[in-house]
Amino acid sequence: MSSPETHRVIDAVWRIESARLIAGLACIVRDVGVAEELAQDALVAALERWPESGIPDNPGAWLMATAKHRAIDLFRRNKLLERKHAEFGRDLEAQQESAVANFETAHEDHIGDDLLRLVFVSCHPVLSREARVALTLRLLGGLTTQEIARAFLVPEQTVAQRIVRAKRTLTEAHVPFEVPRGLDLAARLSSVLEVIYLIFNEGYSATAGEDWMRPALCEDALRLGRVLAGLVPNEPEVHGLVALMEIQASRAHARVGPAGDPILLLDQDRTRWDHVLVRRGLAALQRAEALGGALGPHALQAAIAACHARARSPAETDWQRIAALYDALAQLMPSPVVELNRAVAVSMAFGPEAGLEIIDILAAEPSLKAYHLLPSVRGDLLAKLRRFPEAREEFERAAALTQNVRERNLLDRARACGASSGL
Amino acid sequence: MKFMMIVRATKDSEAGIMPTEELISAMGKYNEELMKAGVLLDLSGLQPSSKGARIRFSAGKRTIIDGPFVETKELIAGYWIIQVKSREEAIEWAKRAPAPFEDQECEIEIRQFFEMDDFAPSEAVDRMRERRREFEKTSPSTSFRA
Repeated sequence: MSSPETHRVIDAVWRIESARLIAGLACIVRDVGVAEELAQDALVAALERWPESGIPDNPGAWLMATAKHRAIDLFRRNKLLERKHAEFGRDLEAQQESAVANFETAHEDHIGDDLLRLVFVSCHPVLSREARVALTLRLLGGLTTQEIARAFLVPEQTVAQRIVRAKRTLTEAHVPFEVPRGLDLAARLSSVLEVIYLIFNEGYSATAGEDWMRPALCEDALRLGRVLAGLVPNEPEVHGLVALMEIQASRAHARVGPAGDPILLLDQDRTRWDHVLVRRGLAALQRAEALGGALGPHALQAAIAACHARARSPAETDWQRIAALYDALAQLMPSPVVELNRAVAVSMAFGPEAGLEIIDILAAEPSLKAYHLLPSVRGDLLAKLRRFPEAREEFERAAALTQNVRERNLLDRARACGASSGL
Repeated sequence: MKFMMIVRATKDSEAGIMPTEELISAMGKYNEELMKAGVLLDLSGLQPSSKGARIRFSAGKRTIIDGPFVETKELIAGYWIIQVKSREEAIEWAKRAPAPFEDQECEIEIRQFFEMDDFAPSEAVDRMRERRREFEKTSPSTSFRA
């Protein structure tokens, strides 16, 4: 096997093994930063040796054994230091003794627990949002610094610094390598879900990016979500998030036409949706609901997406259910954008007048002042009510608010068809 | 990227001989591993070709041919669909599968799905990407977003 070929295989092995490796090591050394460095050392050793020796039969075990050797070396060195610096104290020594003993007892069964600890530490609130994202992709997604940098369109140096600083912050803050309990768990879990969904959205809204890495981010996020669902199978919101991501990802291929036009949800060719992902999404939603989580924020959004996924044609869309779900969502996390979507759903379910009532309340919302979709939706509803002069005014306002030529084309189309599918 | 890992049929699978307890348990463990790693999308075993049929398209005609089919090694006995980072990763996962028919010689074939990115770069594709990006920047919410 040629050296570049071996390197690609090592990349693949790393992708599969790195999270478990780092998690297992972190459990022993109780420091995520040190664990990651040990894992990296093992990777470097593999890159040196495997091109000549060939890939071992069990590459994961090889990496773990190598990293453990390095860890023992590190402990011994530290112990020497300890003798020189008495302030390290006996506690630490005892801790390290037991840690070395742990090497022998560390068991495959615990790896799930270790991974979960690693998830919570990577998404710890002591870290900035950017740091959580970078650390999660690096430690759990097995991405290189370079890959993360390309995915987020920032210089590699920036990501490298973010990760170094994040690891230092975790060490300095003495963040324990553990799974939070009780009330803390809910808050910490929602931080984890936020990080995963941020990664997904970065990829999803940039599926258009010229860089191939960006669509891959959706897959990274989905993979993390699925892993997490396996680790905490009784947390409904995790399944809700996975459901939401699976269903959104299922539409990736149908979102764009042959001429390059964005295709709106209701205009998409539904046969081009990835029905394996749809089915997975619906199943995940069912799990969330069965666990009593139907009203969680992610589960609600997934349920809305599922209404569209279940409809074989736009005409079959259950708009009353979507309106009810938006109602629940608006109560749970009120926002003008949710409200605008609710207005559209309500208009589809109960007629344009009902939608217009909601829009008119929204019109006073300062955060939507410059938001062209508000007049655009209002124009649609007015046109449906045959109040054409008012509708034209709204469309003109919408067009004035968008400088983008293509957006204007979209508005022209919306105007021409007079349909409220303009969202 | 998505890959299908295809298990080729053998004489036994075509004869409808069920796998041993050991193999079933090893497969279960392997499937669980795929699932825990977040890469498994779908999987299934297929019944012998004697229960299947072929529809032949020739000169505008459709002819039904009932199974079984003789060229055993060309047949499919089961598949996994996985979503991974690279072809190498797909191969790495396939290598870790238990031998599908234990001691019998057999093969797992790996095939990549077509993705959006597989279309050759062209002006139209670039334009499409640019439009999508601009469009999505201004799209309001998750569910109505195209």
